[in-house]
Amino acid sequence: MQDIITISGLSKTYATGFNALKNINLGIRRGEIFALLGPNGAGKTTLIGVVCGIINPSSGTVTVDGHDNVTDFRAARELIGLVPQELTTDAFESVWATVSFSRGLFGKSKNPAYIEKILKSLSLWDKRNDKIMTLSGGMKRRVLIAKALSHEPKILFLDEPTAGVDVELRKDMWQVVRDLRAAGVTIILTTHYIEEAEDMADRIGVISNGEIILVEEKKALMQKLGKKQLTLQLQEKLTALPAGIFGSAQLSLSEAGDELTYTYDTQAERTGITRLLASLTEAGIRFKDLSTKQSSLEEIFVGLVHQDKNGAVK
Amino acid sequence: MNWGAVKAIYRFEMARTGRTLMQSILAPVISTSLYFVVFGAAIGSRIPEMEGVDYGSFIVPGLIMLTLLMQSVMNASFGIYFPKFTGTIYELLSAPISFVEIVIGYVGAAATKSIILGLIILATSYLFVPVRIAHPVWMIAFLVLTAVTFSLLGFIIGIWADGFEKLQVVPLLIITPLTFLGGAFYSVNVLPPFWQVVTFFNPIVYLISGFRWSFYEVADVNVAISLGMTLAFLAACLAIIWWIFRTGYRLKN
Ligand SMILES: Nc1ncnc2c1ncn2[C@@H]1O[C@H](COP(=O)(O)OP(=O)(O)O)[C@@H](O)[C@H]1O
Ligand SMILES: [Mg+2]
Repeated sequence: MQDIITISGLSKTYATGFNALKNINLGIRRGEIFALLGPNGAGKTTLIGVVCGIINPSSGTVTVDGHDNVTDFRAARELIGLVPQELTTDAFESVWATVSFSRGLFGKSKNPAYIEKILKSLSLWDKRNDKIMTLSGGMKRRVLIAKALSHEPKILFLDEPTAGVDVELRKDMWQVVRDLRAAGVTIILTTHYIEEAEDMADRIGVISNGEIILVEEKKALMQKLGKKQLTLQLQEKLTALPAGIFGSAQLSLSEAGDELTYTYDTQAERTGITRLLASLTEAGIRFKDLSTKQSSLEEIFVGLVHQDKNGAVK
Repeated sequence: MNWGAVKAIYRFEMARTGRTLMQSILAPVISTSLYFVVFGAAIGSRIPEMEGVDYGSFIVPGLIMLTLLMQSVMNASFGIYFPKFTGTIYELLSAPISFVEIVIGYVGAAATKSIILGLIILATSYLFVPVRIAHPVWMIAFLVLTAVTFSLLGFIIGIWADGFEKLQVVPLLIITPLTFLGGAFYSVNVLPPFWQVVTFFNPIVYLISGFRWSFYEVADVNVAISLGMTLAFLAACLAIIWWIFRTGYRLKN
């Protein structure tokens, strides 16, 4: 299927001369949840800003469902809802008024039943007549989400929606996101909490220093880059690794001396496990239990960005 | 055109006005009443007539203009500056609207508010002095044109300002002095010839003169010139707005 967002050759140099985006090419698939991961200052917010029309690109184009977001910006923007990273809200307006205002900006006719539904799904219904400034930070975040959804967008951008947010809200929010996805809405989110990307995303993109360094199906990514660890619990403690054991570079002994950990790459042709076990038996080391563990996305991510900084992987 | 969005912005701004209604109305009404007491009663009793008009009545158009200019500039500049300041401008920039809708919404609301205030001051004047309006249609025309023009100016200031001081500087240091020197309280004819010439470089002279003409048919300058200058001022503001629109000046990175 055709991508719903196509970003081609996009670069952004700020007035300060800082090059925040460097020749970004990226397609977002219709109906997917796409997680954009990257350290602070990588350019995530800038990229979202350019797609949504808040920031002028220096070069390159963005099309949203076939509409160029500059020459045909009305059609492009109509499809998009944006939850910004910063908690930027009005202060004196009521929740109901500010959400209705957002809908009005998109030129949509009033639909109180729909707004009621959104407010209820975000547990904001009781607060609908409260002034925004009386709300807690978490509640304000909900208001921003309600505003972004007020015009029934086909694409939703969530820029670090869970930064500094309580567990309750996170649960509510991911439920809303799942419901939206089920209704066919495309969702692009950035997050610091990698386990969320792991839970929620269909695909993952990693951005670092203004460059997209990787885009991958989440499952494939976890498989491809996942390191696995084999932990052996020893029957007798060791003081040091005996010499001559197979794969000693990948082996480490726990401080207590009762556990051996073997780290291996799942994508390598041979993991070396058989040879390791044979070699241990030969050396007379016996173990009572063993377990394996796959590395999390976080570890993968840190590894990737680290490599990128050292220029090892491009 | 996304008229729904214009309506949303206009309503939003009018609601903001509504929340501060008492102070919006009370302040100008009180200060206008004070002007009548001081200028009309205390000083005016020693100035029998100005251009054949009772002094108290003579200053009514000038007083209305004073409030109209200040309020238009302040409302419009604050209206667009505030979203820039709080960051809520992101919503305007990512909505399917162009700069045109934003200008119409904010300037329309600011102008509406100052026109309402102008009419309230006019009504207050009736309590103190006899007022006669010779050309009601022209009176309204000057009122609306001036409110729109100075709301546009205020909008430009709001875009340009990057701090609250700048927001205050223009109304306080430029508009108020020019209005006082622009014949709000006297006819330019009473000035020595040299100062008369200087005065004609003050654009506000033309606004007040034309507006006063619509009341009492006395004017410092020909009405056609007044109207022409007002329209020229309007055109200049529109040109600057157009340039901001083209360049995204201070709105987008
Ligand atoms: N208005 C701006 N002017 C100059 N530099 C900016 C501006 N906004 C962001 N930057 C810089 O661009 C880089 C990317 O910022 P951003 O997109 O906010 O990153 P992220 O959202 O990934 O944390 C950062 O180094 C930031 O300092
Ligand atoms: Mg960011």
